[in-house]
Amino acid sequence: MRKILVLFAHPKLEQSKANLALINAIKDLEGVTFRDLYELYPDFNIHVNEEKKILALHDIIVWHHPFYWYSCPPLLKQWIDLVLEYNWAYGPNGRALWDKTCFNVITTGGSKELYCSSGSNHYSVAEFLRPFEQTAILCGMDYLSPFTVMGTHRVEAIDLNAYAEKYRALLEEMMRVPDLAYFKTTNFLSEITLPNQ
Amino acid sequence: MTTSILFQAIVFLLGALICVPLAKRFGLSSVIGYLLAGVLIGPFLLGFVGEEGEDILHFAEFGVVMMLFLIGLEIEPKTFWQMRKRIVGLGGLQVGVTLILGYLLFYYIGFETNVAITIAMAVALSSTAITLQTLKEKNLMDSTYGTSSFSILLFQDIIVIPMLAVLPLLSSGGENNTTSHTTDNFHFLDGLSLGWQAAAILLSIVAIVLAGRYLIVPLLRLVAQARIRELLTASALFIVLGISFLMEMVGLSPALGAFLGGVVLATSEFKHELESNLEPFKGLLLGLFFITVGASINFQVIAENPIMIIGLVIAVIALKALVIYGVAKVFKIKTDQRLLLMIGLAQIGEFAFVLFSFAFQLNIIDQFNLDMMLVITALSMALTPILSLLNERFLLPKIGTKRQENRPMDHIAKTHKVILVGFGHFGSTVGRFLRAHGIEATILDHDSTRVDFLRKMGFQVYYGDATRMELLEAAGIADAKLLICAIGSTETTNHLVKIVKEKYPKLKLLVRARNRYDAYELMDAGVKDIYRESLDTSVKLASDALTHLGFRRYSVYRQAQNFIRYDEQGLKNMAERPKDRDAYISKARRELEQQEKLLEEDFTRGILSHDKLWDSDEMRSAALAKQRVKKT
Repeated sequence: MRKILVLFAHPKLEQSKANLALINAIKDLEGVTFRDLYELYPDFNIHVNEEKKILALHDIIVWHHPFYWYSCPPLLKQWIDLVLEYNWAYGPNGRALWDKTCFNVITTGGSKELYCSSGSNHYSVAEFLRPFEQTAILCGMDYLSPFTVMGTHRVEAIDLNAYAEKYRALLEEMMRVPDLAYFKTTNFLSEITLPNQ
Repeated sequence: MTTSILFQAIVFLLGALICVPLAKRFGLSSVIGYLLAGVLIGPFLLGFVGEEGEDILHFAEFGVVMMLFLIGLEIEPKTFWQMRKRIVGLGGLQVGVTLILGYLLFYYIGFETNVAITIAMAVALSSTAITLQTLKEKNLMDSTYGTSSFSILLFQDIIVIPMLAVLPLLSSGGENNTTSHTTDNFHFLDGLSLGWQAAAILLSIVAIVLAGRYLIVPLLRLVAQARIRELLTASALFIVLGISFLMEMVGLSPALGAFLGGVVLATSEFKHELESNLEPFKGLLLGLFFITVGASINFQVIAENPIMIIGLVIAVIALKALVIYGVAKVFKIKTDQRLLLMIGLAQIGEFAFVLFSFAFQLNIIDQFNLDMMLVITALSMALTPILSLLNERFLLPKIGTKRQENRPMDHIAKTHKVILVGFGHFGSTVGRFLRAHGIEATILDHDSTRVDFLRKMGFQVYYGDATRMELLEAAGIADAKLLICAIGSTETTNHLVKIVKEKYPKLKLLVRARNRYDAYELMDAGVKDIYRESLDTSVKLASDALTHLGFRRYSVYRQAQNFIRYDEQGLKNMAERPKDRDAYISKARRELEQQEKLLEEDFTRGILSHDKLWDSDEMRSAALAKQRVKKT
């Protein structure tokens, strides 16, 4: 059984129906460690050693956050800046994260159609996520495509429960299967077909 | 000449009051001012002071003793031990070479061997009083010049003892020739053999060290607990007088003993209190000392042999200066510091008065030589400040002098001086946090039991009442960067703020306040950085209460920050408003009214509803509206 670490960052969870639905579906799963960063570090003073210890205990790292200005909220960036230390996460002796797997779970207000060369955001989500992808690669991790919930501005138009279910099923499957190769075959983890569905 | 003590005191004080500010006005050191005052009131100008000058001199020498005690207080035993090589090396070389060259000089001028030796011994010594006073005044104690001067002077203080012991051997008629008036020089140990004398001297030094540790400090603690200020002054005087008495008894220099006593007490919590208590006495006595030196210049002797006296003064100063220059060069002291040192120590010291008088009693030198040498000594002392001035104005600027020492860490520690007043629960937290960042604040507290305890825990805490300017000054307020007031009592805080604002209006003050009403008063007093002990902690508690009720931590955290910011702004606004201090409204009622106003403002401002950040409702409704337009 693989272990999954979900690093969740949302500065105002109270007002996010989409993220509440998503995290409620996975936070109590066995084998999943759910870390609500804004609840743990409201003063941004991240406990680096503790974060490193926890990272070492997991096989899959999930950066779960709303997509603000084509990136993550500042506390997650702070986490990346502080925890991924030179010669620990990367650099000549930095092997702590080698062979782990990593991906983003994001919610966007705008719908998927807006994220393409002809849409108002011009670029695809995958392109916007390049910094995260390269960060993962530099740390020797396998970076997977993102799990996306898009168009949350029209939240009644999308089936949040379906997304939440899918999120849970995905994490369960990832913990269970012997090989993660299958998850590299898709552009959106949120659209992958899972065997028991 | 009237002999009334009252009249004499008035003459001395008035002389000092006129001459010293005048000297200061012309940018001269206070030493020159005092010397001038002495000349002015002395027998050759106004004639207010006559023969009794010498008795006064003897009394005033006590100022030198106190000064050495105070210097000892500044030097911790560890530092003193580190200085030992410098003391013996620099001092030994200087005294030795000057002694030999001085002997040769005076021998070839035509003095007899024993007279030449006596004079050479006196010439080898410099004036602790003048040099150290100048160093203190110019704040140069920590420069190479300062520490080197000090090392040499300390060695001279030690070497004067064997010198006094050797003098009787130089007397042609032996010790029996001693004239009648030797009562001042009666030593308890005179009857003992040399070995026993040495043992007694060693024993008395050990006694000072032990008494300092195990007798004086507990005694001071006891006195401190009585909380009567003048008792501490009395104890300070008692310590210095006691040590001097003991030293005189075994025939050691009281100055040296006082210095040792100071070093022993340098690590005690009473250091600053002792300093602030003795400082005024020391200052006055030293002033008196310089005045009597000025008054003792015998102008008649000068008038009779002007060329010889002037020639000898120049010869002596030149000899001393050259020797010191050479010694300093051997010890690789930089040119600018070397020049300062050479001029600073070129005078003959106050020990010369003692040596010459003793030599006169022993019939080594006659009345004429005594008068002449005393004049030369006094003149060389009087010339030092003038020569220093010339050196600083004309010589030093030419060699591109740098007064800055290349000891960066010391420099930082000195210029980043922080004074922390009050070391209770509040102050100790402040002190611990500063210390964790390598900032060792000078801590003052008035609870001697606590001070004792904290010192055992390794903190540098000093006992004293911080509303006394002298104590603050002893703690170094003049060059402090920050003064942190962590006192619990509002009255004491206000008092401290008042006296500090008066004398050091530019010093940055960080002040603890109990509540907003105290804060108003501090704002009125001109304090900018006020820390209400009732603000941050209570907001933190309220924040935690809200999180326990299910609020998101980060949202509450931001609101807490907003709340503090808004509360502090409100405090400023209220303090700035014109004060309608209605005398009929009691303070309590006014406080209630203000509380009411605060609560009202909380509601009208509605700080919580202002937090609309990350809120996507607007965007969401805009998106919906757009959708509807598309559909229709």
